[in-house]
Amino acid sequence: MSPRITQKIAFSLLFLVSLVVFIPVLFIIGILVSKGAAALTWEFIFSMPKDGMRGGGILPAIVGTLLIVLCSISIALPVGILAAVYLNEYAKDNLLTRIIQLSIVNLAGVPSIIYGLFGLAFFVIMLNLGVSVIAGALTLAIMELPSIITTTRNSLNNVPASFREVSLSLGVSRWQTIRRVVLPNALPGIMTGAILSIARIAGETAPILFTAAAFYVPHLPHSLSEQVMALPYHLYVISTQIPNMPEKITYGTALILVLLVLILSFTVIILRIFFRKRYKW
Amino acid sequence: MVVKIQVNNLNCWFKNTQVIKSLFLSILEHEILGIIGPANSGKTTFLRCLNRLNDLNPHFKSKGEILKDGRNINTIKLETLRQEIGMVFAMPISLPMSIYDNITYGAKQHGIKNKKELSGIVEESLVKASLWDEVKGRLDQPALQLSGGQQQRLCIARTLAVQPEVILFDEPCSGLDPISTAKVEETMINLKDKYTIVLVTNNVKQAARVSSRIAFFLMGELVEIDTANDIFVKPSDRRTEDYITGRFG
Repeated sequence: MSPRITQKIAFSLLFLVSLVVFIPVLFIIGILVSKGAAALTWEFIFSMPKDGMRGGGILPAIVGTLLIVLCSISIALPVGILAAVYLNEYAKDNLLTRIIQLSIVNLAGVPSIIYGLFGLAFFVIMLNLGVSVIAGALTLAIMELPSIITTTRNSLNNVPASFREVSLSLGVSRWQTIRRVVLPNALPGIMTGAILSIARIAGETAPILFTAAAFYVPHLPHSLSEQVMALPYHLYVISTQIPNMPEKITYGTALILVLLVLILSFTVIILRIFFRKRYKW
Repeated sequence: MVVKIQVNNLNCWFKNTQVIKSLFLSILEHEILGIIGPANSGKTTFLRCLNRLNDLNPHFKSKGEILKDGRNINTIKLETLRQEIGMVFAMPISLPMSIYDNITYGAKQHGIKNKKELSGIVEESLVKASLWDEVKGRLDQPALQLSGGQQQRLCIARTLAVQPEVILFDEPCSGLDPISTAKVEETMINLKDKYTIVLVTNNVKQAARVSSRIAFFLMGELVEIDTANDIFVKPSDRRTEDYITGRFG
């Protein structure tokens, strides 16, 4: 076979493979929109559920998910970034560091239901937080730590070593070098990691099942120590537990969940563009 | 002649490879000491010993002593040492910020907050680095918009802004065109009155043009050190002669 033909075959193969990735996304969105778009009204988004959740809106679930996601990301992001900075910039290559790194890798491999059970045992019962937003957020925070640490370390590594050398050679201390040069330039990458985490935890059901999610709470939470409805769990409930559920409400709820993740990601993307403009090389 | 830096029996290793072998050397105040030699002769390693930048590499080990003004550099606070012994790198590395911020970056970290004082430092450093006239109207623009040669002079200005006593130049012109090279060389010569300069270069002619004295390194050893004139007219070692006449390296 001539090299030209081989190349053509290789390219078409690569193209087909990327299509395979694209098609499911298209189908998911397509089905959600076609079956759920009819449910999307202001009333659906901004009112309380009615008739045993067969009517009305899903506001408590939207607010609950937003609260859980924002709380958990604001716990996990600082902890994850600081841990990554320590591991990447300060830690010596010794046994302790390796044990920490090994546990991060292992933490990433733990099934989400195990996190849920851990959260129940540790946060809900042992620390006596009860089934609450804060217990769920903490559980999710632990779950997303490995990915935040890993993406942060990658973006720290992507900051050229020469920037650090220049800063240190001017007599600037290591910590100031990290604060003024390394972190600002790693920020866009760190934010990408945050987007991925948000998208992932917004849809998680198992970890909040025993720690935060309520079957039915027809009002908005007053504090973080209350249990709340959450979109993924609500979706599970209305698709399996409630007879005679109108289909459009199920799909509408799913569509809202997807849109919510999109909006959250979009906000971070806009922030990222802003920071990229400020720190460019 | 006052000895600014005295190196006594310096030995350096990366892992198990010895890269500098029992080096004795003095650097005099207000001289430009040129260091020449082929690749892997230990020139850059030596330079990075002086501001302890090698310490960043976990595989680096060294023995022997380096005295600055008679004081062992290991007993000087790291930040102070690096402020007093500045460095200009081979590639012009501007930090991704404005021209102004690049220059004030170090000074700010050393505690200078007064805006007037900072502006004064910016102008003074840029004038000394012969860049002021080219950038005075656009200090707030990103440093990365400057040409390579301008960026390298910006790096010199940035080093000057923290008020060093010694400046280490690590092949500062290796990425520059001849005209930019000439400007950087001119800057170095102008700086000689106020600073002590160590210049590592692959360019023998450059060493001849700017150095007061020249040291020839080969495979981690100092072969010969003498005034620029003597080393070119009557080198005392055969290997030096071979190198400067271009027979190897």
